[in-house]
Amino acid sequence: MLRVIVRRLLQLVVTLIALSALIFIWLRNLPGGPVDALLGERATPETRALLTKALGYDQPIMVQYAKFMQRVLTGDFGNSIRTGDAVTEVMGRAFPATIELALAAMIIAIGLGVPLGYLAARFRGRLLDNLSIAGTLLGISIPIFFLGYLLKDVFTQNIHWFPPSGRISTGVDNTNITGFFLLDSLLTREFDVTADALWHLILPAFTLATIPLAVIVRMTRASVLDVLNEDYVRTAEAKGLRHKTIRGRHVLRNALLPVVTTIGLQTGALLSGAVLTEKVYNWGGLGTLITDSISGGRDYPVLQALILLAALVFVVVNLLVDLSYAVIDPRVRVR
Amino acid sequence: MSDPITRPGVAAPRDGADPTGTSERPASATERGIGRLGDRKKARLDELARASADKGGVSLVRDAFRRLRRNPVAMFGAAIVAVFVLVAIFAPLLAPHDPAQRFDELTKNLTVDSIPGASSDFPLGSDPLGRDFLSRLIYGSRQTLFVGVFATLIGLALGALIGAVAGAFGGWVDNILMRLTDVMLALPALLLAISLVAMASRSSQWTVILAVAIVNVPIFARLLRGSMLAQRESDHVLAARALGVKQRSIVLRHMLPNAMTAVIVQATLTLSTAILEAASLSFLGLGDPDINRAEWGLMLGVDGVRYFEVRPELAYYPALAIIVVALGFTLLGEGMRDAIDPKNRR
Repeated sequence: MLRVIVRRLLQLVVTLIALSALIFIWLRNLPGGPVDALLGERATPETRALLTKALGYDQPIMVQYAKFMQRVLTGDFGNSIRTGDAVTEVMGRAFPATIELALAAMIIAIGLGVPLGYLAARFRGRLLDNLSIAGTLLGISIPIFFLGYLLKDVFTQNIHWFPPSGRISTGVDNTNITGFFLLDSLLTREFDVTADALWHLILPAFTLATIPLAVIVRMTRASVLDVLNEDYVRTAEAKGLRHKTIRGRHVLRNALLPVVTTIGLQTGALLSGAVLTEKVYNWGGLGTLITDSISGGRDYPVLQALILLAALVFVVVNLLVDLSYAVIDPRVRVR
Repeated sequence: MSDPITRPGVAAPRDGADPTGTSERPASATERGIGRLGDRKKARLDELARASADKGGVSLVRDAFRRLRRNPVAMFGAAIVAVFVLVAIFAPLLAPHDPAQRFDELTKNLTVDSIPGASSDFPLGSDPLGRDFLSRLIYGSRQTLFVGVFATLIGLALGALIGAVAGAFGGWVDNILMRLTDVMLALPALLLAISLVAMASRSSQWTVILAVAIVNVPIFARLLRGSMLAQRESDHVLAARALGVKQRSIVLRHMLPNAMTAVIVQATLTLSTAILEAASLSFLGLGDPDINRAEWGLMLGVDGVRYFEVRPELAYYPALAIIVVALGFTLLGEGMRDAIDPKNRR
């Protein structure tokens, strides 16, 4: 087991280094690279050359990359071109917002998706099954940002159940410790803030949850159907085990393995979806940061760090998923 | 079961435990007994071969196609796709107006908070620039198909090339190429597309198509490599190799065609995600900057969203079109996947 972990970690590091090198080299060789972004297109060649030298872009690319990596390892990703703030600081502000949104969406997707998929499989061919299949097909075919606008229109304009945008109402005095509004307000026992933050969270979280929800329902359904046909389930029934035991121990536990993989893979969809959802609800997380960094004249240091962070999160989550097999499935542990 | 071979006397039972004497076992292994048994078995085999040959050999693809046709859901998807393609082809005949023309009777009624609705000349009203919305929707099918098909084809071609080379050669070639796809897969799809478009100096229709295509390259590569590797180990490839077929034609004629089915299915599914991803890029302001071009993703992601509170129909119709078409490709693709799945063969 330990050997597997070490090997996977090494692979992960290699992947990330390769990715960082690719992004680094790419960014510096593009027309309209960082120098153009900083100076604008009307800069004179002299100022351009001056800045190129000042930023060290006249040095060989390998030297530049080595210096960049050196700084990255000390936690320095440079400064944002747009605002001048340190990239780590900008990201630190946005990161908790996205994680809060993504976690809430994942909780909704798993909490609804696994039971729904299971029920659909159990009542295969019945109304519930057909409805859930139709729903999941719709869920993967609808552009998520359009769904966001639709929900926003219905629930904030027509019936005023939820606030239209932001993470918290203006004027609410929240103490900021970690940046996770829910966690902070619970820690400081400002329960009115918790309620307000939760109220803001529900609509975006549901919007973002649709894609993983659809995939999880389908996966769970298919997986449960597979397991229900297994010999050991028939054996368990023949032994006269109670249905509750069969469903819990035999069916669900075996069926969940592929579902866990799916959940891991959905992290990617979640990160992608967060970019779109955050723009719809003006959420102020990493997604907002990405769109701002692009539309505000290509803020390369921020973009570079964001891409690397997204890759890191995605790869680490999938590693954790692989490792969690060992917990769920003893057969994997043996190997 | 009494035939001449096993009848007592012709071949005596080995022990007396078989009172009826109708044992199938060739008890005394005389040469003559084996010869006759062999003839008998040959005859039986010929008979079997004839019986099954009479039914007509059915190729895997034809068999899968027959199953696909019997699947009403897949056929529904196919019908949607067919209508979509037909509308795209005959757009100039179907559309009442030129999609790029701005009409005076529409522009004069345009204000910040009102966009003209339906009238007898313009069944779906105006777009934010005073153009006929219905015509733009109809012409939009062309560009949407164009973006979806090219993004998928380019992704497929590049991915198939990488996957086929990796799967055909194996070893270190395989290793290097797969690490490369790992790096690409380390980024979530839309983020990769965003970075690709963002890094281009100027966005155009082709940056969108290329970005969406490149996102799909590692998926196709992995898929084709997997089925190529499975083919490499299969008996028919071993047979071809034993017969001395050249490596090149083994790869091109024996392995690739068999491995392609899964890829074609994936391509159908990819058409739907490609259209959705292009729409997302438009929404993020990374889409095609040409304001004359009518494409559903662009219409939904730019104007539809911007004027959602003024005239939500500008979002509803392109969104509906995208949803229906994405659904069509998904249903067809999944039907195809079920059809080629050996588990569903009968």
